[in-house]
Amino acid sequence: MSLIQEPAIPLYDAVVKGYHTLSTAGGGSEDIGVRRARQSAFDQWRLLGFPSIKNEDWKYTNITRYLKDEFALNGLVAGDEPVAAVAAPAGLVKKATIPGLDALQVVLVNGVWDGKVHGASPKGELPKGLELLKVSQVLNDPAFAGYFGNGKWGNLHFAYLNTALFTDGLFIRVKDGAVIEKPLHVVHVFTGDRNLLIQPRHVWVVGRNSEASVVESVVSAGSDVKLWVNSLTEIFAQTDAKLDHVVLQTAGAGVRLVQHTTVRQQKQSLYNNYTFTLPGAELVRNDLQARLEEDHTETHLYGLYLAAGGQLVDNHTLVDHQKPNCYSNELYKGVLLEKSTGVFNGKVFVHQDAQKTNAFQQNNNLVISKQATIDSKPELEIYADDVKCSHGSTVGQFSEEALFYLRARGIGEETAKALLINAFAFDVTEKLKNEAVEHFVNELISQHIPNQTQA
Amino acid sequence: MLIIKNLHAEVEGKQILKGLNLTVNAGEVHAIMGPNGAGKSSLASVLAGHENYEVTEGEVWFEGKNLLEMAPEDRAREGVFLAFQYPVEIPGVSNINFLKTALGEIRAYRNLPPLDAKAFLQLSKEKQKLVEFDAKLVNRSLNEGFSGGEKKRNEIFQLAMLEPSLSILDETDSGLDIDALRIVSKGVNKLRSPKNAFLIITHYQRLLEYIIPDYVHVLYDGRIVKSGTKELALELEEKGYDWLKEKEEVGTN
Repeated sequence: MSLIQEPAIPLYDAVVKGYHTLSTAGGGSEDIGVRRARQSAFDQWRLLGFPSIKNEDWKYTNITRYLKDEFALNGLVAGDEPVAAVAAPAGLVKKATIPGLDALQVVLVNGVWDGKVHGASPKGELPKGLELLKVSQVLNDPAFAGYFGNGKWGNLHFAYLNTALFTDGLFIRVKDGAVIEKPLHVVHVFTGDRNLLIQPRHVWVVGRNSEASVVESVVSAGSDVKLWVNSLTEIFAQTDAKLDHVVLQTAGAGVRLVQHTTVRQQKQSLYNNYTFTLPGAELVRNDLQARLEEDHTETHLYGLYLAAGGQLVDNHTLVDHQKPNCYSNELYKGVLLEKSTGVFNGKVFVHQDAQKTNAFQQNNNLVISKQATIDSKPELEIYADDVKCSHGSTVGQFSEEALFYLRARGIGEETAKALLINAFAFDVTEKLKNEAVEHFVNELISQHIPNQTQA
Repeated sequence: MLIIKNLHAEVEGKQILKGLNLTVNAGEVHAIMGPNGAGKSSLASVLAGHENYEVTEGEVWFEGKNLLEMAPEDRAREGVFLAFQYPVEIPGVSNINFLKTALGEIRAYRNLPPLDAKAFLQLSKEKQKLVEFDAKLVNRSLNEGFSGGEKKRNEIFQLAMLEPSLSILDETDSGLDIDALRIVSKGVNKLRSPKNAFLIITHYQRLLEYIIPDYVHVLYDGRIVKSGTKELALELEEKGYDWLKEKEEVGTN
């Protein structure tokens, strides 16, 4: 099937060429484990190709129209020079900066970190126990390369593509026992002078009994070019580790963002994820997978997607309960404006071994416009017999009674709607632990409240 | 202040108000009584601008302006306040932010400068005291998890904050125990002035023992069929509403 279909996609040929360039030239010095992973990922990707709506996980997200454009591989193929400027446009970093947040800030442009840390100690030292490295610098070091040796990504087409061709990203290590007080704010800037496929690869290792908080912001330069971002982050939460992870997706028009995050949780680790997607990027596909590989872990996944224009926002989550006595809780809320489309697919998988699992999942949607769509699919697959699991999904419109109540107190229709949207989002935003971040997110939501009557 | 002439209104194609006439002047308290289904609450909804109600005939003038042409928010900004029979719970909107927004929009409409945070807080404290509203409830989500009595008291607190010229109390006494009823009535009595007016919609005479009306009207089958002073309320309490129905039937036959 894919063999007939794929040649129609210009990016397919570019990827094949790019891989040959990388594997013959640039990849020579890489650790053997990394090279093997690349080769097996590339082979698998050639079999899978790009996903179509015939793939169950892409049934409601048709990416064909986003793949019609030509994309350069940012310097991988001969004659295709990389984008020279890797300085982040100052305005974009400012846009991403969260007022009142006392954080360590690093800026990555198209997945490449310039090595600078803002907000560190006066001497420029990082807090004790925190290590930041460029991924491109560690790929030849067997001590690190082990983290990049994963060549098996199930049915994740884009994870294979990323593994075959990634060149850089951010490596974060929180050493055993370290408690990093300040949040680390990672600003991902995407920019280009022509259509680009950008594939950052990040690995974060949160050591035993350590604690950290990471806020990621995704921003892009407003331009006419199309940027396809295929980002992959692999997180290792070791025994007793605690990680708070906030993702603010505020990329603009022209960006097609596929963001894959896998978290591997060891014994008694805690992982909290808060993913916010705001209007802008034409396509956002998040695959968030929590692999509970050992017992007594705790996982909270919170999400809010506010989609507008012709935007397509797709959140696929997987909570994979492999061992007993783990707790997971998931709440995703969606607000669909204008002609936007939302997709939510939340899967909870409880293995036979995973007795005493507690797994809860909820997805609620507010569809504001008659031209907006939501496809919501909660899934539970349980093979253990002593578990507590629940899931639910709702789709609704504005409550006419609530709207009338607010208007009867002198509040104009637009303001009343804004209040109701903020109220709907509140369940998710209130979960944020940092007040500055919470305030910032609420502001972002308010900025995108519709100036539209119910169409 | 309020002049209602020959008001006809329907909801979902069903005629509810069938030629209602009423005049309310500043400083007056009018009670509207009547049996269930007479159209009491519909009158309140029509005056507040609920979209489910369609006015098919008649006029409503409020302080010289055509009320029926206004959006619900503009009616409120002009000074009409409806205390809801069933106040809506809105989780995630804090009571105080809601009031700040409402007051801000009303003041902007009247070309008044916005109140600063300090002045607003002071006003809020003053009014809480006036209507004996629990400070703890002020910062909670709007009506969320409030008891029936707390919701009604919140309506009166909002009324005190927004200082409307015409207040319509739609069955504010329903679901209130005697203590709550006393507190609500006390609040209303404190807010009475020669400049404002109240339209009190109630099924029972009980509330009118605490809020003494200047006029009592009996609403039956979409029309005011009898008007009088507070003694009429006592008469209704004693005789019930059945005699009205008989009279109406005799009249129409």
